[in-house]
Amino acid sequence: MAKKFMYMNTKAPYGSIYALESLEVVLIGAAFEQDVSLAFIDDGVYQLTKGQSTDGIGMKNFSPTYSALGDYDVNKIYVEKESLEERGLSLDDLQHLTWEDEDEDWAEKDSIRLVSRAELADVIDDQDVVLSF
Amino acid sequence: MPIEVNGKSLEVDEEGYLANLNDWEPAVAEVMAKEEGLDLSDDHWEIINFLREYYEEYQIAPAVRVLTKAVGKKLGKEKGNSKYLYELFPYGPGKQACKYAGLPKPTGCV
Repeated sequence: MAKKFMYMNTKAPYGSIYALESLEVVLIGAAFEQDVSLAFIDDGVYQLTKGQSTDGIGMKNFSPTYSALGDYDVNKIYVEKESLEERGLSLDDLQHLTWEDEDEDWAEKDSIRLVSRAELADVIDDQDVVLSF
Repeated sequence: MPIEVNGKSLEVDEEGYLANLNDWEPAVAEVMAKEEGLDLSDDHWEIINFLREYYEEYQIAPAVRVLTKAVGKKLGKEKGNSKYLYELFPYGPGKQACKYAGLPKPTGCV
């Protein structure tokens, strides 16, 4: 039976290896057909921002890869509202991530769900496994 | 061991994937395919070019399941299935086609 896996992303995209490692684990884990969701809290919300450039730091800009998550059937992406607001960000500052519903003739649907801290706590409570990066 | 392409010596990893993405040119695919006893047809090239475009857009080499689905969407159901892709790339469409395309081994390929 599929277990509910949540990957919790808490750190800024560059400067440490956490964000990229998390993304790779998610993509690898997606092959096992579990019920996968992602959460972005604290500085983790920066991972999803639009218009990233890594020209100055000599690292690969892996932000385009988040757009592939839908292809991997990863379409529950929770972003914590308070974390965004505390950083002066809004949903408009993030990439528009979508997935296509095969059952509805590939209708494009939003992957990002903006949730409050309290709502996210409930979602976490419902998971079988939570992995924090 | 490096591979020889058009007089240049290109570095590959222990599984034969190009070490440097920018070293790629179509002749790389030809040389790799020849080593594995494969003649590249237009059908092979269609998938190789598809993978290169996918990488360009998403910065990853897709897992075979994802590749199959994406090919089906872009090139039609008769091509977006395992049978068609495995006939073209008997060592696995993900691994083999990505290698010819100069991409790293697919993410999610364990």
